Amino acid sequence: MSDAATEQGRDRARVDAPLKVSGLAPYAYEHELEDPLFLVPVLSTVATGAITGIDAEAARAVPGVALVLTHENAPRLALPTIPTLAVLRKPRVRYRGEIVAAVVADSLETARYAASLVRVDYAAPPSGPDVRLDPEDPGVRPLRRVMGVYPGQHTVGDVDGELAGAAYRVEGHYATPVNHHNPIEPHSMVALWHADLGPLATVQPRSTRLTVWDSNQGVVAPQGVLAGAFGLLPTQVEVISPYVGGSFGTKGMPHPHVMVTAMAARKLPGRAVKVALTRPQMFAGTGYRPETRQRVALAADEQGRLRAVDHEVFAPVSRVIPWVDPTAGPSLSMYASPTRRVSYRAQHLDIGPGTFMRAPGEYTGMFALETAMDELAREMGMDPVELRLRNEPEADPESGRPWSSRHVATCLTEGARIFGLEQQQQPGGRREGEWLLGMGVASASFPQMGMGPSLARITFTGGRYVVSMQASDIGTGAWTVLAQIAAQALDVPQDQVEARIGTTDAPYAIIAGGSTGTFGWGSAVVEAAQAFRAEHGSDPAEGATTRARTRMPQGVRGVRRMAFGAHFAEVAVSEVSGEVRVRRLYGHFDGGRIMNPRTARSQLVGGMTMGLSGALFEESYRDPRFGHVVNADLAGYHVAAHADVVDIEVGWVGEPDPWMGATGAKGIGEVGIVGVPAAIGNAIFDATGLRLRELPFTPVKVLEAWESSGPAPAATVR
Amino acid sequence: MRPFTYERATSVADALRRTAGASREGERTAYLAGGTNLIDHLRLGIRETDRLIDVSHLDLTEVTELEEGGLRIGALARNADVAAHPLVRRTFPVVSAAMLAGASGQLRNMATMGGNLLQRTRCVYFQDLSTPCNKRDPGSGCSAIEGLGTYNALIGTSDSCVAVHPSDLCVALAALDVTVVVEGPLGERRIDFADLHRLPGDRPERDTTLERSELITAIEIAGPGFARRSRYRKLRERASYAFATVSVAAALEVRDGQVADVRIGLGGVSHKPHRALRAEEVLRGGPATHEAYAAAIAVEMEQARPGPDNGYKVTQLRRAVPAVLSALTEETA
Repeated sequence: MSDAATEQGRDRARVDAPLKVSGLAPYAYEHELEDPLFLVPVLSTVATGAITGIDAEAARAVPGVALVLTHENAPRLALPTIPTLAVLRKPRVRYRGEIVAAVVADSLETARYAASLVRVDYAAPPSGPDVRLDPEDPGVRPLRRVMGVYPGQHTVGDVDGELAGAAYRVEGHYATPVNHHNPIEPHSMVALWHADLGPLATVQPRSTRLTVWDSNQGVVAPQGVLAGAFGLLPTQVEVISPYVGGSFGTKGMPHPHVMVTAMAARKLPGRAVKVALTRPQMFAGTGYRPETRQRVALAADEQGRLRAVDHEVFAPVSRVIPWVDPTAGPSLSMYASPTRRVSYRAQHLDIGPGTFMRAPGEYTGMFALETAMDELAREMGMDPVELRLRNEPEADPESGRPWSSRHVATCLTEGARIFGLEQQQQPGGRREGEWLLGMGVASASFPQMGMGPSLARITFTGGRYVVSMQASDIGTGAWTVLAQIAAQALDVPQDQVEARIGTTDAPYAIIAGGSTGTFGWGSAVVEAAQAFRAEHGSDPAEGATTRARTRMPQGVRGVRRMAFGAHFAEVAVSEVSGEVRVRRLYGHFDGGRIMNPRTARSQLVGGMTMGLSGALFEESYRDPRFGHVVNADLAGYHVAAHADVVDIEVGWVGEPDPWMGATGAKGIGEVGIVGVPAAIGNAIFDATGLRLRELPFTPVKVLEAWESSGPAPAATVR
Repeated sequence: MRPFTYERATSVADALRRTAGASREGERTAYLAGGTNLIDHLRLGIRETDRLIDVSHLDLTEVTELEEGGLRIGALARNADVAAHPLVRRTFPVVSAAMLAGASGQLRNMATMGGNLLQRTRCVYFQDLSTPCNKRDPGSGCSAIEGLGTYNALIGTSDSCVAVHPSDLCVALAALDVTVVVEGPLGERRIDFADLHRLPGDRPERDTTLERSELITAIEIAGPGFARRSRYRKLRERASYAFATVSVAAALEVRDGQVADVRIGLGGVSHKPHRALRAEEVLRGGPATHEAYAAAIAVEMEQARPGPDNGYKVTQLRRAVPAVLSALTEETA
């Protein structure tokens, strides 16, 4: 790639923007198929137990109903599937809101009505369901590993000794709630089992037997699980997902409705079966960010250099799959310290499984760590930026490996300058009427994982270069950026390049997850472009084609790669209502080379918006009597409205990282959300002197903190 | 959603006739106006009907002046139109402000005045068919009392129900002298606004005192003239498109440093829009000071029975009511 290309020169509008704004970019449910059927799932109304009977007679009697699918008539799977998708297998319930039946009819209304008529009888287990979160429960167990790769227990040095003898020490208990992703496009899918393919179809690898229009972060996931479940070759399952209306992790792995809809299609060959989950159904069965309870203790010497970082995490775990976010991750890598301890404990519950949600672990853990750092800065009377600068690690504290690049100090100092960070020695002194004003800062980080290589193919046809791979654009701008990367690498104008993504009819690629898309897929595109030129020269023949794979530099395992950032928030807190309003948010990031400043800014602003929303509003209330989330729609679960998002701006270092492959780009899909709640909470402290350690910062929490911290503020009793 | 028939009434009389006819045949009916609440509930299965009688196009949209400065507003006038109406803005700014604080632009364009009055109380368990709820399924129990309690009512609750009336408009109307004009099988009936909504008691399934087939045709707001100086303040978690945690509608008349007259409506506190009669009583004839306002709302809050999660609403009201009244006082000065 030519380094001569300036960042400004890489500023491009989305190639799919005209389609999106005119409603012509079809989402999964919008693909028009002849004479479709509609599927509505029936969800369990108990958290555990046996299904003793399903009375579907009334539902079957409704005119227009084509099928009532239950464990009694669901097609048998060829191979056991992953536990989350093992629905309609046995007469049992594993969590409240699990799919226990589904109705398929010739209209959505009919299917929905008939679904309401399906009666399911349950036998509760003698012990009742375990759905109440309790860190003191005797069943709580320490974890050995988290997500398979992170240590569940990790100790370096004498943490307790350092904490006991420290010049400065802070310790706090932090809590984060269940969050749900709520992409604007709900989970939806159309499945078509092809009928009458002839006797040889089953053995022909290129004969498509199942076509799926699905909303996902990568076509490879539904293709894989459906092929496995139905005894097909992956090549016999076609997945088409050109446009996806947001995901944030919830569409990374298929959820039960995917399996159930494919099962229904299997029984209704030749008919397209459509499903779109309602919001309450999404809250029940498409994953979430699990709640955490955390304890963070920090010890520092007289100069503010950390002597101990101690981070304990408690979280619930679904009995379906042991999903735990790596919440203590930031404490392993963010700051230098001679001693360090990380430990996780988990309680197994009869609840739906959690899943990836934007910056899993990093988001919750950085809230606790960066709030604690602010508490330490206050305790010492030290500038919070200065405290962080004094604890910059030379190399990754956990692994000892050198950083591939790390520009945290620049993010902090440049960000503070651009934002105009000014904190008060004594909180509570800045006021506009009833509104108290304050500013806060917090750092951000997100690991850059290797998710394995992707393949890209470049074909010259009709005077244009077509780049195809299974990559997915979930709103990130991948359609645009991949074409840009190819154009730069081929050294042709961008209008001569066209991307073809979001389909299984393309070379394999990893899913859009873990902030890996641009550098992972992008590297494959650059490799393919270079190989194409080497093979076909600058004047290729019609149909010339070349394929290549992601390549990372030799020795990449010897370095530690992370994206970084720093967030700055200015808040106003009403002493009348306890409302917190974020007046300004600024983020300065170390995201390697920025491939397209326009789409990059969108992603970062989007991450920060989601962080703001999580800081102030978002909380799924899982009722401990029932085991399911009861505020399960967008009226009950508040996401930030436009009026809440007043002024968000971003900047970046823009320095390419040579260890990130040919693009030099770091992933920025997730780092934007990390640290935002801490920056806002720290600003609330600056405004009010109230230290809030539980998300979200709702009026309840602000007022309760105020009430318990002494008499009402002066202005309300003037 | 249960199937139903859709019919379009040609007049108020025709709507009433259709309802009476359905009733004789043992069929349930529902009037459809803006549909912003009803359609949701039909979809969710909270409400079922056999016949949906569309009245939305009937000619009940006028805003006209009454004698002595009052207003008559047709029941089918849209919230957005009424909020923007010059007469409403000039005469009763609190009514306009309350409506603009509610819902979203799209919803206000659809929602009607009569429909706003008749929106159901809100509670997450009412919306969730898989949990017990006395309002939805009488006798099944109340899930909210020991459940998610942040938004529960404070005043006039019962062992059966702690849901709150969610309307912003109604809080403003509670602070004014309002008559609800209703057409029923026996002709016109005029209901004091305070008597339209009811407390849950042991019949929480009933939100209002309307009889089965009655149809609201108009809302009449009489003076007081001092309501020209009135305010609405809505406290909520996010800055827009959220139901109030609590809200305050107030009109104030100050003469010589004394409260000559005052009206206070409170939202988010009860199964019905709440008029703070006790606070008004304490204030009338007393000093127009922040301290007096704080003392008055403290008296009003003596009847509050908060649960474990909603005590903050008392705090919000004890801070917001004096703030609103003080702002009105400063306007006067």
